[in-house]
Amino acid sequence: MAVELTYQVKGGDFSHAGDASSQVKKVLKQLDIDPKKIKSIVIALYEAEVNVVAHALEGVIRVTVDEEKITMLLTDRGAGIPDIELAMREGYSTASKEVREMGFGAGMGLPNIKRNTDLLEITSEPGQGTTVKMVNFF
Amino acid sequence: MKISEVVRLTGATVVCGEEKTGHEVEKGFSSDLMSDVLTLDTENLLLITGLSNVQAIRTAEMADIQYILFTRNKKVTDEMVELAKENNMVLLETSFSLFKTSGILYHAGLKPVY
Repeated sequence: MAVELTYQVKGGDFSHAGDASSQVKKVLKQLDIDPKKIKSIVIALYEAEVNVVAHALEGVIRVTVDEEKITMLLTDRGAGIPDIELAMREGYSTASKEVREMGFGAGMGLPNIKRNTDLLEITSEPGQGTTVKMVNFF
Repeated sequence: MKISEVVRLTGATVVCGEEKTGHEVEKGFSSDLMSDVLTLDTENLLLITGLSNVQAIRTAEMADIQYILFTRNKKVTDEMVELAKENNMVLLETSFSLFKTSGILYHAGLKPVY
């Protein structure tokens, strides 16, 4: 039986960045998923959630957990990513001073998401928004 | 190294998690960059940081880090304490710089991650 979770994310709201990832972590613990798998999943989700807060106006996180995997879909409305390949490069960042003050924005987020997920798909429409799909198998 | 030893060596104050000061940490990692902290795959770690905000606690939560030592006299906020308590963390504060804190703990035997 699949578990479905949905969270709204507000751009610029750093004090709540990570709330959704924290909730997902609690659910995965209750489902008795391997702690190492949980760590990879929530690190990827947290990085992606922080990206929405840092770069978009608003976003939605949809998480589906079934017997064999977790699928995390983040859809945001905002600036989008003009060059995804460049954004994937370690050290490349367009983050604001405010984001850097939060301890992020060093161009490590997307590469770290890739390291921690089994499948990663990013599509973006500059000026419209970005969709990030991440899948991890248990 | 026991958390109580970390407290003694750095003249730190225990903000929360007093009951866990008998716990041992094996390694330390000093960083103000949470993205770097999120790349670690180390257990039993003491995070040493001058970044005092909610994202430091959130990062520790995601990375399964239970012990955080805030340096440079940075003060932990009530919101941070609340979040830390929810996650059974130990928060410490020291007036020492990140460099001095790291040097003292390294010299006393706390291992680096890399």
